[in-house]
Amino acid sequence: MAERFLVEAVNDALHVEMERDETVLVMGEDVGRVGGVFRATAGLRDRFGADRCVDTPLAEAGIMGAAVGLCMAGWRPVCELQYDAFSYPALDQLINHVGRYRWRTGGAMDFPLVVRMPYGGGVRAPELHDDSPETYYVHTPGVKVAIPATPADAKGLLTAAIRDPDPVVVLEPKLVYRTARGEVPEGEHVVPLGEARLVREGDDLTIVAYGAMVGVAEGAADRLADRASVEVLDVRTLKPLDEEALLASAAKTGRVVIVQEAPRTAGYGAELAAVLAEKAILDLRGPVIRVTGYDVPYPYWKLEDAYMPSVERVVDAATRLLEF
Amino acid sequence: MIGDGGSVPDGEVDGLGERELLDLYRSLILLRKYDERSLVYHRQGRIGTYAIFWGHEAMQAGAAHALADEDWIFPAYRESAIGLLRGIPVSTVLSWWRGHPAGWWNPADYNVASICVPIGTQVPHAAGFAWGKKLKGEPTVALVFFGDGATSEGSFHEGATFAGVMRAPLVLFCNNNQWAISTPLSAQTAAPTLADKAIGYGMPGVRVDGTDVLAVYEATREAVERARAGDGPTFVEAVTYRAMPHATADDPSPYIDPERVEEAKRNECVGRYEGYLRRLGVLTEAQVDEVKDWALELMREGIQQAEAEPEPDVSLVFEHAYAEPWAALRADLAELRRILGG
Ligand SMILES: Cc1ncc(C[n+]2csc(CCOP(=O)(O)OP(=O)(O)O)c2C)c(N)n1
Ligand SMILES: [Mg+2]
Repeated sequence: MAERFLVEAVNDALHVEMERDETVLVMGEDVGRVGGVFRATAGLRDRFGADRCVDTPLAEAGIMGAAVGLCMAGWRPVCELQYDAFSYPALDQLINHVGRYRWRTGGAMDFPLVVRMPYGGGVRAPELHDDSPETYYVHTPGVKVAIPATPADAKGLLTAAIRDPDPVVVLEPKLVYRTARGEVPEGEHVVPLGEARLVREGDDLTIVAYGAMVGVAEGAADRLADRASVEVLDVRTLKPLDEEALLASAAKTGRVVIVQEAPRTAGYGAELAAVLAEKAILDLRGPVIRVTGYDVPYPYWKLEDAYMPSVERVVDAATRLLEF
Repeated sequence: MIGDGGSVPDGEVDGLGERELLDLYRSLILLRKYDERSLVYHRQGRIGTYAIFWGHEAMQAGAAHALADEDWIFPAYRESAIGLLRGIPVSTVLSWWRGHPAGWWNPADYNVASICVPIGTQVPHAAGFAWGKKLKGEPTVALVFFGDGATSEGSFHEGATFAGVMRAPLVLFCNNNQWAISTPLSAQTAAPTLADKAIGYGMPGVRVDGTDVLAVYEATREAVERARAGDGPTFVEAVTYRAMPHATADDPSPYIDPERVEEAKRNECVGRYEGYLRRLGVLTEAQVDEVKDWALELMREGIQQAEAEPEPDVSLVFEHAYAEPWAALRADLAELRRILGG
């Protein structure tokens, strides 16, 4: 096994899968000549040619719509959208076609496309390079959604997404692209969609998180260590959700804090809380508490540390719950 | 318009007297100094990621000078400092790049819309604005800046379509620097020129040398006159070659053509215009120094003011998204203050 940064693990997965399956085609803005603005696709154009690693015109609806047609022509497109907030022009195609076309053919046709994009804040960037748009994707019938927190999962989940017969959106936490570093299996490596990861075991309280917030959850667990034994659960696949893992942890600790970077209202944390309310209410010793971004536009970066869920905010929520 | 000081003779532009020519020079120098100093400030860690516009000053100043004060400008990030030509303080624009809310301004104070980051999305805003002014019977014209890459976006297409159908008094000003980050124009469009696209929207399309500030001025002025006369929008394609990285975070060496970059640097727009004014005999050495010192001083004051801004209060996270933040948002703020304070 090699040590890699998260973004390098993405790159590794693309190399392995393009080698393994010659119908896999990478496309997006600046993915070819320069290898992507985060270098996630570096080397692919040299290795597989400009027809399989395609610099597209600057047109996200075009990328997403063309990917639908490419599927019909027998390809497995892996589309890079350059940033979270720049994925929105593609929503029309995603919602109206990507998520519905299989259904519209009575299941006769697969649309095995992947959309991957860097997402999330904390990177001191100008406006609109910081969004956490996962809810829009999770809310779209017909697409699956995964978010890795570690390099190994970045490789394994992307590989699973590429091989999946359904459209999968993979959001990559750009904040930890080049800080999350870890062992990544060589060659083919699959992390099945729909399985959460137990980051650490504990008895008193569960913190549920995904993406860059897993690190914040772990930081809070450390901070609480002298007072409580904290379990951390990384959801990894937002849809389909590993309900079993969530409910098992809730049953064990009886206390759940959910951390999400996106604005609060109707965010993914609300879905997790609803599942807990429906299926774990009698296991709970206190309210499910969400620590989230706020219901306002992501602020300019001088203020972003105040907006993003912090270790302090998670510890505060956990303390309230432990003392409930 | 601007010759080469040798075999290609200089032309003349109607209506530009000595004063106007020197005003244009001041604007070019102000933008150039803003850009050069910003790069320094970035390297010094005093501003964040910054979109360099070195070599684009002639397009920006030439177009802006062709407008009347009541006309509106809709900039992209590449024109982040265009507001300086309309009285927006240097410190405001620097604050924007410092990620500070002091970078906000009221568009109606300067007739300059906010800096637009998502590519092409400002085009329909400008079309709607121009149309709205026309509906009110006001003579206002709007000018929207966007890049060559932006012409591939749905928003550009829809905005241009609206402008054409509504015969909106709009100038669609395309900064064709031949690159969208690492994507060359040849991979962006199969059209022979971007100006060719205009025909599909039922508007005239003109193509000018984007390094010739007088040519830009002239083409834009004609487009503005047409708009004000009620003859609808015009697409102006100004051509240059991006001689600098896309932004401070970009390294163009894997994709750019170094010879073209050198050529673009040799032919850069501010020096070209300076040579023209000298040949014309309207610019003295003393004036050059005076204007450059003035611009540098503005930058010095601007960065000092921007850095003197107090750190923004966390309440600003919650303000301004709604006219009236409701109880839940106020409770969020109170909780955040408690946690940050404790
Ligand atoms: C909708 C959208 N997609 C992608 C981006 C990321 N991006 C920022 S600048 C840029 C290239 C723009 O090129 P062009 O329109 O030619 O303008 P230039 O930067 O050359 O001035 C891209 C793709 C964005 N800002 N918005
Ligand atoms: Mg460009």
